Amino acid sequence: MPETKPVLMQGNEACAEGAISAGVRFYAGYPITPSTEVAERMAARLPDLGGVFIQMEDEIASMAAVIGASIGGMRTITATSGPGFSLKQENIGYAIMAEIPCVIVDVQRMGPSTGVPTAPSQGDVMQARWGTHGDHPVIVFSPSSVYETYYLTIAAVNLSQKLRQPVILLLDEVIGHMREKVTIPRDSKLMVEKVSDKVPADWKPYDEKGLTPLVPFGFGHYYHVTGLFHDQYGFPTGDPPQVERSLDRIHEKLEKSRDEVVLTNYIGHKEPRVVIVTYGCSVRSARAVVKKAYWNNRQPVGLLSLQTLWPFPDREVKELAKKADVIIVPEMNMGQIISEVERHVKGEAEVIPLNRYDGEMISPDQISDLMGRWLS
Amino acid sequence: MAVIEQLTQDFLRTKKLPHIWCPGCGNGIVTAALVRAIERADYDQRDVVIVSGIGCSSRAAGYLNFNTLHTTHGRALAFATGLKMARPELKLFVIMGDGDCSAIGGNHFIHSARRNIDLNAIVVNNHIYGMTGGQHSPLTPTGKRATTAPRGTLEREFNLLDLARGAGSTFGARGNAAQPRQLEQLIARAAKHKGFSVVEALSPCPIAYGRRNKLGGPVDMLKNMKESSISIERAAGKEDSELEGKTITGVIYQDEVPEYAAEYYYSIGKEIPVNTGG
Repeated sequence: MPETKPVLMQGNEACAEGAISAGVRFYAGYPITPSTEVAERMAARLPDLGGVFIQMEDEIASMAAVIGASIGGMRTITATSGPGFSLKQENIGYAIMAEIPCVIVDVQRMGPSTGVPTAPSQGDVMQARWGTHGDHPVIVFSPSSVYETYYLTIAAVNLSQKLRQPVILLLDEVIGHMREKVTIPRDSKLMVEKVSDKVPADWKPYDEKGLTPLVPFGFGHYYHVTGLFHDQYGFPTGDPPQVERSLDRIHEKLEKSRDEVVLTNYIGHKEPRVVIVTYGCSVRSARAVVKKAYWNNRQPVGLLSLQTLWPFPDREVKELAKKADVIIVPEMNMGQIISEVERHVKGEAEVIPLNRYDGEMISPDQISDLMGRWLS
Repeated sequence: MAVIEQLTQDFLRTKKLPHIWCPGCGNGIVTAALVRAIERADYDQRDVVIVSGIGCSSRAAGYLNFNTLHTTHGRALAFATGLKMARPELKLFVIMGDGDCSAIGGNHFIHSARRNIDLNAIVVNNHIYGMTGGQHSPLTPTGKRATTAPRGTLEREFNLLDLARGAGSTFGARGNAAQPRQLEQLIARAAKHKGFSVVEALSPCPIAYGRRNKLGGPVDMLKNMKESSISIERAAGKEDSELEGKTITGVIYQDEVPEYAAEYYYSIGKEIPVNTGG
């Protein structure tokens, strides 16, 4: 085990530190509240590590530069917030299509449009899923603490490398700006999962057989990278069977790695009657309620917190729906993940929304009031 | 084997040919000039990367046997900036069309110039959006017709090299598809220049631009292009009235200013790996 040191830091800083621990040495970004501390931390840290920090002319360019650097073989990250996340969408789609690893952080703020830049919101759940055009696979993580931000950023980087798939971290403004204790291993190299150093003799950049490492540009493997549908060597094709196969393949690579991709955590009663399903900072309020109700009062309640929002943890929710009468879904939006919960519960339990969209967090009282009604 | 056949063998993906361009298009001539210029610059094939945007000319990347990156519309320079910063030893050529570079990509163009990052922008200027069927671009001359300017565009066009130089680019040249040897030399000189280089390559689009503006067939367009051009050396000392309607070709400007990627790596005390080629 590496030596560790506990430190007090913000979620945004923990995100930057997590990226560094995971071997990220390239950051391109554009200033936007409430994500700017990620950029500031990277600007301070990367030069000493021999890495590259570049402030680009806009959000679109930041996303493009990150993809370009990944093709050069660097581990990369960019951070933004709602409006900037909208601008990045086209190039996120490019990275998905061309299978270029990178991590995109969206510290959510109250929208739509410029909204309330400093207020928390969980309004980008669906944008993270469907923000770019066309059918596409996505991986989206939603941490509920500073500590979780650090470790989920590392997971995001490693998973992105392994699957050659962009990973999105949806932070809540309160997680990004809150200070908590984090324990950071001294030797960050241990956090880097190596994908593969060796290039097989029959290497193809988009091998139909399955996962194949990205061989960076500049090493004598002359292949083509494009956002067009392409064959195994990267060259454009419009051949219908090939197009269908390619689209299936980029979806299947996530399905095959589901256990690594879909992360959830359940606390509470083994046979719960009321379950709360939530994510991000709303987990914190829900945890306080469930701790009190279950640990203190032994009430039949539970909490499923979703570290992964997409692909949606369908099996985990289905399992709980078999036991529970009621599933409460607190969200700081007008109801986004709830439609996904309903889709998988299929009427086996009653699904109750708890929405707040005034720029404030959902309080434990709000949750316990609602939960109490279903317990009595 | 003749030199040109050897070049074709090495630097073109012959299996991907024939190309998608229309008969009479200048893109093939510009692409050939680029290939010869890379040969002339004597780079190792491994170190050369071709980046392109979206549009007819950007399809050239798919035909060139290097590491090639066909990006999103207007963003080629932003992708290239990331790659150059990650791998400063690589030699990047960025192929863009006039609309790709100066309209949707205008912001990246001026900021690449401002940084003076060592990228070689090859802007194939046919004055029109060809792939979408002939809409006017910021480089369509005032008064010329397009599908979106059926009575002739009222907008003024950019002078691309004035724009680039004003924004901080340190090398600018103009050539055309009618004079491919000169174009080749200009691209080779751009390649050797340390900093953000722009080569504007005028190129005929008989189908989407020439026809609508009654500029004749491909041969007429090339002939006009040649006759209306004058090299910067010959233009020197001539009166403005004598240069009326002429397009000046050659190296329009070249300045020595610190290059961004080299400055960055120097500032963090990290050596840039030596070019393995040459």
